[in-house]
Amino acid sequence: MYVAVKGGEAAIANAHRLLVDRRRGDRRVPALTIEQIAGQLALAVDRVMAEGSLYDPELAAMAVRQSRGDLIEAIFLIRAYRTTLPRFAASSPIDTGRMLIERRISATYKDLPGGQLLGPTFDYTHRLIEPDMAEDGFVAEPARRDPGETGPAPRVTDILGDEALIEGDGRDGGGEPADLTRSPLAFPATRDLRLQALARGDEGFLLGLGYSTQRGFGRTHPFVGEIRIGEVEVEVDLPEFGFPVVIGRVRVTECQMVSQFTGSKSEPPQFTRGYGLVFGQMERKAMSMSLVDRALRADEFEEERRAPAQDEEFVLAHCDNVQATGFVEHLKLPHYVDFQAELDLLRTMRAERPTAAPPTEEPAAERDGSQ
Amino acid sequence: MADVSSNPDPAPSAARRRAVSAFAQADAGFLEAAWQSLGEGRTVGALRGPESGLVMVRGRAGGGGAPFNLGEASVTRASVTLDDGAVGHAMVLGRDARRARFAAAFDALWQDETMREAIERDVVANVEAALAEADAERRSETEATKVDFFTMMRGED
Amino acid sequence: MVAANPLDLSRRAVAGGFADPVFDAQAVFSAILGALSRPGTIVDTGARASPPAPLSPAQGAALLALGDADTPVHVGDAGETLEAWLGFQTGARLVGAAEARFAVVPCFDRACLETFPLGTLGYPDRSATLLVEVASFGSGEALRLSGPGISGETTVRISGLGNDFVAARRTNRALFPCGLDLVLTCGTEILGLPRTTIVEEA
Repeated sequence: MYVAVKGGEAAIANAHRLLVDRRRGDRRVPALTIEQIAGQLALAVDRVMAEGSLYDPELAAMAVRQSRGDLIEAIFLIRAYRTTLPRFAASSPIDTGRMLIERRISATYKDLPGGQLLGPTFDYTHRLIEPDMAEDGFVAEPARRDPGETGPAPRVTDILGDEALIEGDGRDGGGEPADLTRSPLAFPATRDLRLQALARGDEGFLLGLGYSTQRGFGRTHPFVGEIRIGEVEVEVDLPEFGFPVVIGRVRVTECQMVSQFTGSKSEPPQFTRGYGLVFGQMERKAMSMSLVDRALRADEFEEERRAPAQDEEFVLAHCDNVQATGFVEHLKLPHYVDFQAELDLLRTMRAERPTAAPPTEEPAAERDGSQ
Repeated sequence: MADVSSNPDPAPSAARRRAVSAFAQADAGFLEAAWQSLGEGRTVGALRGPESGLVMVRGRAGGGGAPFNLGEASVTRASVTLDDGAVGHAMVLGRDARRARFAAAFDALWQDETMREAIERDVVANVEAALAEADAERRSETEATKVDFFTMMRGED
Repeated sequence: MVAANPLDLSRRAVAGGFADPVFDAQAVFSAILGALSRPGTIVDTGARASPPAPLSPAQGAALLALGDADTPVHVGDAGETLEAWLGFQTGARLVGAAEARFAVVPCFDRACLETFPLGTLGYPDRSATLLVEVASFGSGEALRLSGPGISGETTVRISGLGNDFVAARRTNRALFPCGLDLVLTCGTEILGLPRTTIVEEA
C-alpha cells in the first residue's frame, strides 16, 4: 500500500516566507547586524564555531541570525557550509604554551608563574539581572595595568610534570591523526579521534556526562589544573613556500583537568589528566570535555568501565548534536506509510484476539502484544 | 626580475617567512594603500584564486602530546604573478579575498631585492608594530584582572 | 637531478596546470569515468596539462583532476620539480608506495600487488589507482578484454606493457573485491582497465 505524498509546495513556500517575517520581527525595530551579533553575543558565536567545527566568527554570526538564535540550527548551517569547501591543508599543531592569554586560572596552585588572570569572567558576579541591560547605557573602559616584562606563563601541567607526580603529555608518534570527517567512526577509538569528536560535541551533552563523573558514575576526583583562554597563531606548512607561515590567529579555550590515580601494576600512584581544547571562549565546554576525556581513558589506567561517561561508543556516537538532532527531528516528517502498516498490524492482532475479553479491561495484556 | 642567481643562503627563507606572516595578518585596506606606492605601475596577474577553502586546525593532546584534529578554519588563498615573472603566494585566515590577493602581490614584490628594504620598512615592520600594540593593550587589560593574593599581608611598605 | 634554483622551481610549479581549473577538471574527470566504465575504449583527455617529467600529459591531467590534499600520490622517480608542481597544483603529497591512492609506475607487474594498497574486504575502495604510460595504443600485443562495461568481449592492441602484464592482471583479478585499478596512458590518451576487467592474450 502506498500513500501519495504529493502537494504541500505552496504551504512550504508560505511557511518559509512566514519564517523570514517572524525572524525579522517588528520592522520598526532596527535589524541586528552581524557585527552586533559577533561583538555582543560573542559566546553564542563561539559555541556555533566550536560545535560547527569551523572557525569563522562572521559566518557563525550570520548563522546565529539566520537561525533566530537556535544555536543547534546555526551549528547545522555551519556544518553544511563547510562541506562545500575544499580543504587546502592541515595546520601545524597550535602551541597553547605561546598563547596571548586573556584569562588563566588554576584551582591547584595559588602562586603560579604568570599569575592568576581572571579576564572577562562571569565568576564572582551575583547572577542578578542588571537593570542596565534594558537600555544602552554608559560602559566604562576596562582597567589597565602595566604587565611589565611579561615572563612566560608555562602550562601548569608542565610545572607539576617536573616532579614526575603527574603523567606527561604522551608521545607524538609522528603519524597522521585520525579524522572523523574523512573516515567513519570505528571502535575502539584512539585518543586523537576521541578528542576530535569531543571538541565538536554538544556542550550540554558533555556537561551532563562530565557532571555524572563527579556524582559517582565513573570515579574521579578532579581538580582544574589550569584553564587558559586566548589567541594562538595558526601556522601552515604550504608546499608553495616550503616553510610554515602564520596565516592568522584563533581564540581557543584549554582546560587541564587533574585527577588522582592510585596506581596500577605498571604505574606508580600519580596524577592523571584529562584534556579539553575548544574554539572560542567556552570554559564550561572545555571543562566538560576534559572530564569526559579522562573518563574515556579508563582502559589505560586499568579502571573498570561501568559508567556512561566511560563508554566510548555511547559517548562518541551520541555527542554530535547535528547527528542527534537529525535523527530525533526526522520523527516529525511524514511517516504515513510506516504508521499505516503499524495500524494494520494492530487491527489484525485485535481481530485475531478472542472476543470474550474486551480490551479495556486488560490493558496489561494488550501492552505485551501477544496472546 | 633583475636577479635570478641562485642563492643557497637559508636566511632569505626565514625573512620571507616573517614577511609572509605579516602580510597575512595585515588589514586589506592597509595593504592596498601600501601597494599604491610600493607596487605602483606593476600588473598583478592571477595564477590561482583568490579562493576560499579550509584548513584543519590541529591541537595536541594535553597541550604537548600527539596531534589531533581540533576543527577547521576558513581560509582564502591566492597566487599571483607580476609582469617581471615573480610569483607570490598567500593564505590568510577568513574570507577576505582582497587581503589574500594583496598579500600574494607583496610576497611577489618582496622577492625583488631592490624592493625588499622598502617593504620590510613600510609594510612588515608596520604590521608587526600594529599587532604588538594591540597585544600590549590586551595584555594590560588582562593584567588588571590579575589576583594579588598578598595584598592584605603586605602592609609594611 | 641538479638542485633547482628556488626561483625557477616556484615558476615551474605554477606553470603547466589547467587553464580553466573547473571545466578542465570536469572534462578530464568525465574522460576517466568514461574510460573506466567502458574498459578498452581509448579516450582523449585533450592537451590540457604540461606536467614536469616523468609524467605524460594524460597522467598530469589525471592527477590535476583527481588529486588533492587527501589523495597521497606515489611517483617512482619524482624530482623536486614534480613535488613542487603537484603540491601547488593539487595539494597532494608525494608518498611511499604503501600509502598511495594514486601512483605513476613504469609498468604493471606482480610486484605492484606487493607494494601498493589493495583495499580491504570492508573498504575495497581504499586501494591505489595506477597510471601506466605505454608506447602506443593500436599496435603491439593483442589482448582480449571481457567483464563489466564490455558487451561480450573486445580486443585491443597495446605495446609496451611488459612481460608480466597478463599474469599480474590474473593475480589482481583473483583478489576481487580488492585489487588495483589501472589507467593506461599514451600521450594525451587513456584506456581504463578496472580490477573487474578480465585480460587475456588474444
